[in-house]
Amino acid sequence: MAERCAVIGVGQTQHTSCRADVSIAGLVREAVDRALESAQLTMADIDAIVIGKAPDMLEGVMMPELWLVDSLAAAGKPVFRVHTAGSVGGSTAIVAAQHVMSGVHKRVLTVGFEKQSDGNAMWALSVPMPFGMPVHAGAGGYFSPIIRSYIKRSGAPAHIGCMVAVKDRTNACRNPYAHLHEPDWTLEKAMASPMLWDPVRMVETCPSSDGAMALVLASEDVADAHDGPKAWVHATAMRSEPTSFAGRNQVSPKASEDCANDLWRKAGITSPIDEIDAVEMYVPFAWFEPMWLESLGFAPKDHGWRFVEDGVTEMTGRLPVNCSGGVLSTNPIGASGMLRFGEAAMQVMGIAGEHQVDSVRKAFGHAYGGGSQFFAMWVVGKDKP
Amino acid sequence: MSDDVLRIRTPIGIKYQYSAGPRVSSHLLGLMEGRFVGKRCPVCELVYMPPRNGTCAKCGALLGEDVEVSQRGTITTFCVVNVPFLGQTIKIPYVSATILLDGADMGMQHLIQEVDAADVRMGMRVEPVWRPREEWQPSLENVMHFRPTGEPDAPFDSYAGHL
Repeated sequence: MAERCAVIGVGQTQHTSCRADVSIAGLVREAVDRALESAQLTMADIDAIVIGKAPDMLEGVMMPELWLVDSLAAAGKPVFRVHTAGSVGGSTAIVAAQHVMSGVHKRVLTVGFEKQSDGNAMWALSVPMPFGMPVHAGAGGYFSPIIRSYIKRSGAPAHIGCMVAVKDRTNACRNPYAHLHEPDWTLEKAMASPMLWDPVRMVETCPSSDGAMALVLASEDVADAHDGPKAWVHATAMRSEPTSFAGRNQVSPKASEDCANDLWRKAGITSPIDEIDAVEMYVPFAWFEPMWLESLGFAPKDHGWRFVEDGVTEMTGRLPVNCSGGVLSTNPIGASGMLRFGEAAMQVMGIAGEHQVDSVRKAFGHAYGGGSQFFAMWVVGKDKP
Repeated sequence: MSDDVLRIRTPIGIKYQYSAGPRVSSHLLGLMEGRFVGKRCPVCELVYMPPRNGTCAKCGALLGEDVEVSQRGTITTFCVVNVPFLGQTIKIPYVSATILLDGADMGMQHLIQEVDAADVRMGMRVEPVWRPREEWQPSLENVMHFRPTGEPDAPFDSYAGHL
């Protein structure tokens, strides 16, 4: 039986397209200091550090953790780096939680970061594979054919992606840390946005951001003694699968469905839509909101888009999704998963400010990465599990 | 923003040496002869084309016998690339498609040409246009692009299990 674990500290940077005012180390430290302050702890109180970032090629800096030991004040302490492509922020938080749940550590600092302005992610994601045809064009080129498959299979009308984009961009205006603050989006204006990777429009894609997110995870005795808001970790789950294989379902990968089923079982949740009060879902391309709603068991197959159309996922809807503005408004890749996990915790802790949903008892944090092949999820709650 | 923070530009490059391994070699040698050679999983009997890792991800089995698949196939899904990026080698807009060759059980990525991008459809039947033989390398780049065959579109159900 695992030990109980709670999030007692959350800290994020201001996210923007280019944080030229700080180095990667300075960016990380900004989030770390804010998380420690919110946990009412100092560096000296931390037992271990777990960090994660997206593939090194995206920034062109190999193994930045070597250089970050100083800025994390991790000298003399265990440092553990997690690496699962875009889902890394989520799996990093899970590994940090496991450091506590194992009973080994009491106070664990975890941080995810990315300084996209220091590199060129589009180039790094379009490197020709040996012996293949170099038709790939970044993440959009990879995911938009999968989105086309979903649209065809589900019969979704063309405006659903734009509805998600307008919702998330509007929500982001309530989040002071979000990269994009664009209050003027309407469905009509979104539908006129240029096609970058047909069927994906520019408004339906995420920005390139610099940013970091840090959390402090604590054991039950430490969390009980903590005089401040906390979010108890009810369940975590991770799954992986290869990028391509014969008969693979790319729209709803088996690893995604298995991961969600495992999570709901561990969390004792039988009806996710009835028992989850706020969702922070990894949606780097707008159409992934209805796709994941179905894959994760929130909506029946081919009905995810109806949830979007009916306003179910609006902040005031039955299942608020990405009240923070989500990845569509802020995408420092290595931090994006931890932002989802941390924003879910913030909803439970009641500290989400202008984008706080009323009376959240359980929230869901989600991340995916690679070619829809790495999945990380958690459920956090107000009450002890 | 303070004036004392400096940014410098330092381009990097990487050269790879790639070992294909015995289970991918027959596929690459096939390309040198203008043939599409895949491999069958001895457990689930599905045909991998291309046989990228030499193993079946579902069964964990090493792929077995070579299977030459058809030169014709179906576009299962695609996107129209309109975005320019560093390192791009194909003129935009272009159609990047997943093509399921007849006899294969997985799609491969390739370029669609000789048709207006707006006319490309899921289910469209296509065939390869090979480069001149003297330019052939062990690569799918031996095929310049795929083009429509003019056959009737494949019904959705025939490829829905490959999306």
